Amino acid sequence: MEDAQLDAFVAAAEDGVDCDGLVAARRSGGDGQNEAAGEYVFAVDGDRRDNLDESTFRSLASDHSSYGGNWYFWERGVPPGDDRVAFLRWLEGTDTTQLPERLDRLESGVHATWGQLHVTVSLDPDGDAGEYSRQYALCHADDVTSDGADLTEYHDPLDARELSKLDEDGRYRPLKTAPTLQRGWHFPDLGPHELVRAVECFYPATIPNWYREGEGDLDIDNWRDTAERQTGIYEVVEELPREAVEWVAQACCVDSQCLKRREWEYDDDEELAAPAGDGEFPCREPCSLVVAAARKWTILEGESERTYEFELTPSEKNQLEELIDAVADGRVDDVREADVGDGANRYRARYLRAKRFDEDGNLCGVETTNGDGE
Amino acid sequence: MQALVIVAHGSHLNPESSAPTFAHADTIRATSAFDEVREAFWKEEPHFREALRTVAADEVFVVPLFISEGYFTEEVIPRELRLEGWDVTDWESGDGVSASHATYTADDVEKRVHYAGPAGTHDAMSDVIVRRAESVSGDPDVGEGFGLAVVGHGTKRNEHSARAIEYHADRIRERGRFDEVEALFMDEEPEVDDVTEYFDSDDVVVVPLFVADGYHTQEDIPEDMGLTEDYREGWETPATVDGQQIWYAGAVGTEPLMADVLLERAADAGADVGDAIEQVREGTRVSGPADD
Ligand code: SF4
Repeated sequence: MEDAQLDAFVAAAEDGVDCDGLVAARRSGGDGQNEAAGEYVFAVDGDRRDNLDESTFRSLASDHSSYGGNWYFWERGVPPGDDRVAFLRWLEGTDTTQLPERLDRLESGVHATWGQLHVTVSLDPDGDAGEYSRQYALCHADDVTSDGADLTEYHDPLDARELSKLDEDGRYRPLKTAPTLQRGWHFPDLGPHELVRAVECFYPATIPNWYREGEGDLDIDNWRDTAERQTGIYEVVEELPREAVEWVAQACCVDSQCLKRREWEYDDDEELAAPAGDGEFPCREPCSLVVAAARKWTILEGESERTYEFELTPSEKNQLEELIDAVADGRVDDVREADVGDGANRYRARYLRAKRFDEDGNLCGVETTNGDGE
Repeated sequence: MQALVIVAHGSHLNPESSAPTFAHADTIRATSAFDEVREAFWKEEPHFREALRTVAADEVFVVPLFISEGYFTEEVIPRELRLEGWDVTDWESGDGVSASHATYTADDVEKRVHYAGPAGTHDAMSDVIVRRAESVSGDPDVGEGFGLAVVGHGTKRNEHSARAIEYHADRIRERGRFDEVEALFMDEEPEVDDVTEYFDSDDVVVVPLFVADGYHTQEDIPEDMGLTEDYREGWETPATVDGQQIWYAGAVGTEPLMADVLLERAADAGADVGDAIEQVREGTRVSGPADD
């Protein structure tokens, strides 16, 4: 420990230190006897020494400089906010690995995954908070095996705003936690503040909500609460039928569509059957995208059903189902040009249209009847 | 610690909608006036609902990057931020353009939240409109021989929206810098479609009072004014319409000086911004022609 760190440690003992197995304290006041001696407490991993004078206390701290240096990092090196500190601690596995083993592991890098993000935590002896400072490398989870040479390097965490804006195909990602994060980039050397900032840009508010959940005070707003709160053009979503809410969750919130783990339900005492997902971070209420889509579905569900008659071969019926599946599973772009065995193949779809649509685009020439009165 | 949270509309469809918000946030961040500067949106993430928990500071200044008082600033944002005891009369704006700020606690976080009026109605916004005219004309002294049209939605969509347009048009007219200044609207008289009928000047700068460029400012207005037949083909700046030169500026909200208005709102609400306002005013200035 450098002198400055040691001084900081002695000063911090006034208020008490308790960090990763390192405990330090200074008895205040004492019992009216000589205060200069015998007032410090020092413990590492439960090995406790009492009644130490300051110089003994200092030399003990020097002898355990990895503990002291680690404390200094957590004291001086991390951004403000209990949630952010908890996140940084979780990344390096503070729950499962204690000092000194954790520091050994950090030498070679500790890995964690957050949605589609991959974080590698290591020690940075030249860091701002002493030789036990941490450094964070961040990349797409699917790019971990790359050696970095084919990845574009970034250093400003705010660049994450641009990287998270469009998917691999250049399409806009209005839902930040959709599993469509583009690959090909890495941040090799972020400090703790910058790492948190980058994660906040990729996945806004996931850190505070994950932390709240861990503390047992995640404020969940279920479907009913959310729907009843809406005004203006979204006021109608309150009228979405109960079973339709189920379909909304199936359509939007499962892991293939969104990496948040859905914690909201229909109501306090009524759960949804749709899978909530396995994501690390929770979703505490229907998001704006789901509310906007639900508005559309509420309007569509306002129509009454009617009976149409279509003449189709069994394969044509199957093909319609395959087409819907292909769109719903985002598989359309993967259908090979000449794979006419696939119902979602473009030639197959064009053939079906040529055969079954009339000049107004009506399936089998059957007109769509609008309005309940007809 | 003090934080600034800029709240804006955002979009599910248009990736560029949030760009001005981020740009102004970056400008303010560079002044170091706030410990944290964050953005939150109605249609993007973080959502208004989760805006306050994204900052560690316990004093938070929330400034809406909206053009006028109305539904969003009076109803949606306070509700979604969960401001306890929000009452629109706390803003003491009887006329639709005078809301300054009010202070609350929020339901879901332990912070003091200073909720400011919209950027668009701040007096400094008049300067941004003028600055926009300078940047589109490339002339820091633009005014003489020029008309200026300030354009917005009409009252159909939001009665206060028209009020904000007129307010700034009046203020700029009183300064006497431009030969003529008019407020024009998209869906009522005087209509922006007939822009040339309302001006005698040979040159007219048209500044839409919108936060971000999008359908209205990049498709509707240019076509309605006759700058182009088809917005996809673009238009000249200036473009000649009925023998007059129309300098179309696009959304005023993209003007870098807009960051100044956000800072002024926060400062009015009690934020300690040091010399950040001067820094931003200096740093965003339009330079004149190089050989001047
Ligand atoms: S509501 Fe559904 S889609 Fe939206 S963020 Fe939550 S889990 Fe994801």
